[in-house]
Amino acid sequence: MIAIELKKILQATQGKMHLDVSFNLNAGKFLAIYGKSGAGKTSFLRMLAGLLQADTGKIIVHQKTWFDHQKKIFLKPQQRQIGYLFQDYSLFPNMTVEGNLLFALPKGVEKKRISELIDVMELGDLRRQKPHLLSGGQQQRVALARALVQHPQLLLLDEPLSAVDHEMRHKLQDYILNVHQQFNLTTILISHDKAEVQKMADRIIHLDQGKIIKDALAADFFDTQKSKPIKGTIVALDKNHLWVQIASEKFKIPRVKPDSIDYKIGSEILLNIQIITKE
Amino acid sequence: MGNTIFESFIDMIDWQPLTLTFQLALTTTILLFLIGIPIAYWLAYTKFKIKPIIEAIISLPLVLPPTVLGFYLLLAFSPNNSFGAWLDQYLGLRLVFSYEGLVLGSMLYSLPFMVHPIQAGLANLSPSLREASYVLGKSEWTTLLRVLLPNIRPALITGIVLSFAHTIGEFGLVLMIGGSIQGETKVASIAIYEQVESLNYAVANSYSFILFALSFFILLLVYLYNGSYTKHIIK
Repeated sequence: MIAIELKKILQATQGKMHLDVSFNLNAGKFLAIYGKSGAGKTSFLRMLAGLLQADTGKIIVHQKTWFDHQKKIFLKPQQRQIGYLFQDYSLFPNMTVEGNLLFALPKGVEKKRISELIDVMELGDLRRQKPHLLSGGQQQRVALARALVQHPQLLLLDEPLSAVDHEMRHKLQDYILNVHQQFNLTTILISHDKAEVQKMADRIIHLDQGKIIKDALAADFFDTQKSKPIKGTIVALDKNHLWVQIASEKFKIPRVKPDSIDYKIGSEILLNIQIITKE
Repeated sequence: MGNTIFESFIDMIDWQPLTLTFQLALTTTILLFLIGIPIAYWLAYTKFKIKPIIEAIISLPLVLPPTVLGFYLLLAFSPNNSFGAWLDQYLGLRLVFSYEGLVLGSMLYSLPFMVHPIQAGLANLSPSLREASYVLGKSEWTTLLRVLLPNIRPALITGIVLSFAHTIGEFGLVLMIGGSIQGETKVASIAIYEQVESLNYAVANSYSFILFALSFFILLLVYLYNGSYTKHIIK
């Protein structure tokens, strides 16, 4: 099991943002962190990877402490054995596709692992190519293969599909799901794409302005019947609509007619997600 | 006929200042390359507050008259002063009016020309390259040698060539701390000055022309190489 409890004050564009995220995750699960850009998703993932240090909190992965503010433990990224897929692929331009994978191979591990991954990710024709000659989708496949060379305990995906076209996206999603199961990984995906998180994840956490505003199984997440209504504040209204603020987002919803309730600006309201459309 | 002119040209000039110049430039560049990389690496990634102070010190030779740097080095290296005396006594090193002193002076003088391109090259690399390497379990050292440096090759070449060319071109500093000792500290730029002073314009011209042509071709090669490298990456 992975236990995470992280707090950090981040410098966001609109000023300081308090990131405060804590949850537990079972091994072998596929978790999606969902939310719009600027919600703190990437910062959270970087803290998990050891690329960014939290102000307080702890990270415990399979009984091993990666980070504990009080005990002054902070494992470097090198010591955490993670696979990390960056938004910009970050393949090493000076090495071939195969060279990128070989670079990732830990000392004393057989090269067989590389050829297996090349087969799984269907990179055979590209092995001697330099990354800059590849398409975005191909680069991301190489990056995924490279992230798996170490046999990581945890696979972290930072919006890995945001820069590839629609068709390629679906293919890559299948690749990722495939390796998630085949390599028995615990995977955390960051995305702002509703369809993507629904397709990929077992569980979805909705992050907004650094806080968890919803945490549900993927099957229930967008299902209003099973999910709890969300509390919002009325910020404006006219004859036919209400504008409701939920966390940092504003939603426009139709007024129920004839309405028996006397709506007022500033009063709280409970909403089902299905009926709301983003303003 | 053409042959004899060429031969007389060869005989006419003393080659020692030229070979000394290139020897000095080569030594300086190799040493600067070795110390320039760690300095540039530190400057590119550090979050220390003293970074601007270090940057300002390294950049001083860009704006100071070389004679100012030479003057202070002359004072520091002089065996009459404590630092120079210490060097002399414990390391047996005499840095004024010696080739070793010249190398050290040249290194200080050309330091920004090595550090700046490498620092800029590192800073312009996507940070995720370095991070990707760390996440793959690689140390900072392995990352530097196998990921960072190979991907800033044009910056490394620029640093090497500029340092080399700048050392060839130094004058004021060499004159201050080196004097003009034949075979020890008399480099081409000083030889030219002396030849002009004694009205030997023909010899001065030979030295000058060789330096001029060589410098031009070195720089031309760099721009050709960096141009084709950039194109290759963009494609």
